[in-house]
Amino acid sequence: MFKLYGTEVSSRLLLGTAGYASPDLLRQAVEASGAEIVTVSLRRESARAKTGQGFWGLIEELGRKVLPNTAGCRTAKEAITTAQMARELFGTNWIKLEVIANDDTLQPEVFGLVEAAAELNADGFDVLPYTTEDLSVAERLVAAGCDVLMPWGSPIARPRGLRTRPRFRPCAPIFPTTPLIVDAGLGAPSHAAEAMEMGYDAVLLNTAIAKAGDPVKMARGFARAVEGGRLAFEAGIVEPRDMASPSTPVVGTPFFKIDNVS
Amino acid sequence: MQILVNGECFTTDAGNLDELCGKLGFADAKIATAVNGCFVAAPARARTRLSEADEIEIVAPRQGG
Repeated sequence: MFKLYGTEVSSRLLLGTAGYASPDLLRQAVEASGAEIVTVSLRRESARAKTGQGFWGLIEELGRKVLPNTAGCRTAKEAITTAQMARELFGTNWIKLEVIANDDTLQPEVFGLVEAAAELNADGFDVLPYTTEDLSVAERLVAAGCDVLMPWGSPIARPRGLRTRPRFRPCAPIFPTTPLIVDAGLGAPSHAAEAMEMGYDAVLLNTAIAKAGDPVKMARGFARAVEGGRLAFEAGIVEPRDMASPSTPVVGTPFFKIDNVS
Repeated sequence: MQILVNGECFTTDAGNLDELCGKLGFADAKIATAVNGCFVAAPARARTRLSEADEIEIVAPRQGG
């Protein structure tokens, strides 16, 4: 159990809702994942198709807490307006804040991100910022009022795991009271387990499950990996050593002779 | 009056944003709106008058990552 802006959350897997082959597959994957929080977006609504109305019905059926995002926003101004529309639409102060620098990497535009985070926090939002592993940016986001940080593992939808691993590792001890969620770039359950073993509080992913051969089975796989990684972190992982050391007791070894010891 | 609705040219005689939403069939729909880049809350739509070349955004829930 951990807390995000005062809300107790059991599942440490947050799940995106995009890219599934069908609404039913999305529903099954969410159930299999055990996720309590699902991410959503808002998009222009066609007067003819009214696509969003049907999707909203599905979200209500799922009964999960929704985390709207500002995906696609390129400036702080766009992100702020999108967040305000999302708050009214979804009835939540939570916002997954994305300000994107360019389309090829979907890298966070960190200057606009900090600017938008400060304004939204001041306006009563609970901001969950999608950021890089850069510690100085993380510190500015915390100073701007963010009580959650969501550094990327790899660029969005490039499921390569923790590509930023060397700079990623220090985040957890530096921000001991701020929930840290790895957002984006996790492609396999092993990536999620690694993040959890490092002390991250949760992972947020979408493509790795939505685009898997069997999304429902993959959702189950991620759920177990996240749980396993967390248990390992809480249990305390043994330190690696350079030299081998027998795990079976040496004392009483049959045929043991002191001459055999090098 | 020519305005832009979700990036497309649109001719309307709607006097305010609420009327426009109604004419487009969004009267009871789950939507949010912005005019010229600024959020307009649902209760404020009726008092938000439209002008030539206004840029209107009408959005609804959608899948997201």
